[in-house]
Amino acid sequence: MRPSPTRDFVVGLFVLAGLGAVAYLSLQVGGLSYKGPGGLRLTAAFDQIGGLKARSPVVVSGVKVGQVTRIDLDDGLRARVTLEVDGRLKLPVDTSAAIRTAGLLGDQFVALEPGAEDELLKDGDPIDRTENAISVEGLISKFVTDGGSGAKPGSGSPNGGGGAK
Amino acid sequence: MRVRAVESVGFRALRFVEELGRMAHFSRRILGSLVTPPPRVRRFVDEVFDVGVLSVLLIGGSGLAVGAVLGLQGYNTLVRFGAEESLGSVVGLSLIRELGPVLTGLLVTGRAGSAMAAEIGSMVQTEQLDGLRMMSIDPVHLVVTPKALAMLLVMPLLSALFIVFGLVGGYLIGVNLLGVDGGVYVSGLEGSVDWSNDVASSLLKSVVFGALVGLIATYRGYTAEPTSEGVSAATTSTVVVASVSILVFDYFITALWGV
Repeated sequence: MRPSPTRDFVVGLFVLAGLGAVAYLSLQVGGLSYKGPGGLRLTAAFDQIGGLKARSPVVVSGVKVGQVTRIDLDDGLRARVTLEVDGRLKLPVDTSAAIRTAGLLGDQFVALEPGAEDELLKDGDPIDRTENAISVEGLISKFVTDGGSGAKPGSGSPNGGGGAK
Repeated sequence: MRVRAVESVGFRALRFVEELGRMAHFSRRILGSLVTPPPRVRRFVDEVFDVGVLSVLLIGGSGLAVGAVLGLQGYNTLVRFGAEESLGSVVGLSLIRELGPVLTGLLVTGRAGSAMAAEIGSMVQTEQLDGLRMMSIDPVHLVVTPKALAMLLVMPLLSALFIVFGLVGGYLIGVNLLGVDGGVYVSGLEGSVDWSNDVASSLLKSVVFGALVGLIATYRGYTAEPTSEGVSAATTSTVVVASVSILVFDYFITALWGV
């Protein structure tokens, strides 16, 4: 083929378009993020994390400010969740972290509620006040076994009711 | 009689393994040419044009169509569960994880892979490769390697374009035709697609498929019988072998990705 500057230009356009598509899919759709000017890393320990997983959002006042980066067990066998949030956030040391569900059956996320102290959380600090995930099955089974008010449905007799003997 | 059948199975199996060995040897020659000067940039760019640019219409049209069908079928199924808001996720995940790399691989195999094999095969038949050898030019270095490398590079680009066109097709059908909310479509898509699980594996698959097709097409062309039937056989076996390999490798990459 005779070398042709038009053809080279078109090849260049094609490669740019392809790389642009890859970049769009990675950054915009896939959520790959270049690490901005220092994320703020915090840890929080929970007894129960429910369906929280890595990359679950971290939210302050409803606005997404970061993600969960790691979940593992600490020495006390509690779940230790590592969050990475925007480095510019100013969170007091008595900030609390709660695991909430988006809607009734949606994905779970960590909601941070800023406290009132003057001292701020630094990179690597633990969040002391945590609220566990609410487990819907736990609530239901509580209703079925204890009946909420202490009365077991179907065995009203205080003798422990043995049915028809 | 039965003994002969078993014998022929054994014979075929051994032939198959020998063929794999020859292909491995051939790929070693291609890799060797990559590091040997002079770099055939001109030919590489021309090959990228032939394989990539000339396939864009095919990939774009197919991507739009596949995305539109996904949007339609996805909507029809999801609406039964009241989950039509997740159409963006369904279309996006299907395209990115599987349909993008696999369908692009199959389409490119049919179009550019067969052309590559036929071109090299007819060069063999018309003794052009022998002519190169007489001029002390390695035909693998001049002809084969730029083609194989171009296929390797172009496949992920075409796959990404296919996926983007597919997302647009799904959007057009879901939002403009079927009434899914546009913002919900896009945010559902962005929320459920994960870079490391989905996009990265999609790119890896398309690179692997590009390498497979590049190797198979050039090998079949290079080892074609120097007759018209030989060239034709090389072309068809390229398409068959490359297509099946793509589908099989797709399974293994998908299965091993989570490990």
